Amino acid sequence: MPARARPTSPHLEIYRWHIGSALSILHRLTGIALALGLLALCYWLVSLAGGEQSYAAAAKLLAGPAGLVLLIGWTFSFSYHLLNGVRHLFWDVGYGFERTERRASGWFAVLGSIALTLCVWGLIWASRLS
Amino acid sequence: MGESPKLNLRSPLGRVLGLGSAKDGTAHWWAQRVSAVALIPLTLWFVLSLLWLPSLDYATVRAWLSVPLSGFLAMLLVAVLAYHSYLGTTVVIEDYVHPAGMKLLSLLLLRFLYVLVGGVSIFAILRIAIGS
Repeated sequence: MPARARPTSPHLEIYRWHIGSALSILHRLTGIALALGLLALCYWLVSLAGGEQSYAAAAKLLAGPAGLVLLIGWTFSFSYHLLNGVRHLFWDVGYGFERTERRASGWFAVLGSIALTLCVWGLIWASRLS
Repeated sequence: MGESPKLNLRSPLGRVLGLGSAKDGTAHWWAQRVSAVALIPLTLWFVLSLLWLPSLDYATVRAWLSVPLSGFLAMLLVAVLAYHSYLGTTVVIEDYVHPAGMKLLSLLLLRFLYVLVGGVSIFAILRIAIGS
């Protein structure tokens, strides 16, 4: 062992968060959430094919408190994964690499996905009232 | 291309294939992008269609998915979605599951699970389409 404590890297506990790395992690997390959402989509389709009773059971489950939390979570995950995915596709063809562009598109993905989630559930809320 | 003719340990076949040490080159990366592009219109169609429906009760949703175009697009959606999701979760397992046996087993289970989920979903859409 060296006498002096030398810096080691990376210092995960004191690492300063950057929007770039945070959004990259969020992209993967929302992707995993959406993979679980695929199971729910599969269950919903099977219940629809199974007839009126099985569909009613699935609809009751999805419209319950836990179901709504999951559905709103999946709406946000989908919105974010879509917007940030498009951001990645722009990088893949060589656009948007400047520091200001990266930050702006990152914030656009975050705020845009929150806005989309609010829009979708606002529409659903409004249609329930009418 | 910068390779010394005297010291080249790569086989001629390896050089021609050009796949590098990961053994599959850019195939996975490319498939992820192609499926991502395809999913933009497919997922938007699905979400907007559901929002557009006057109600999400059994008769309305069933009537919507019984239209040939809706059923066809729903099948494409489920297939591409399962493929894209499979590609993504595969990388997650490859990144975080390190013991060789566990990695192989989880990748195998993941693949089976995706074929199952995709197959079951498509079969459900077919049942709705033919009304059985």
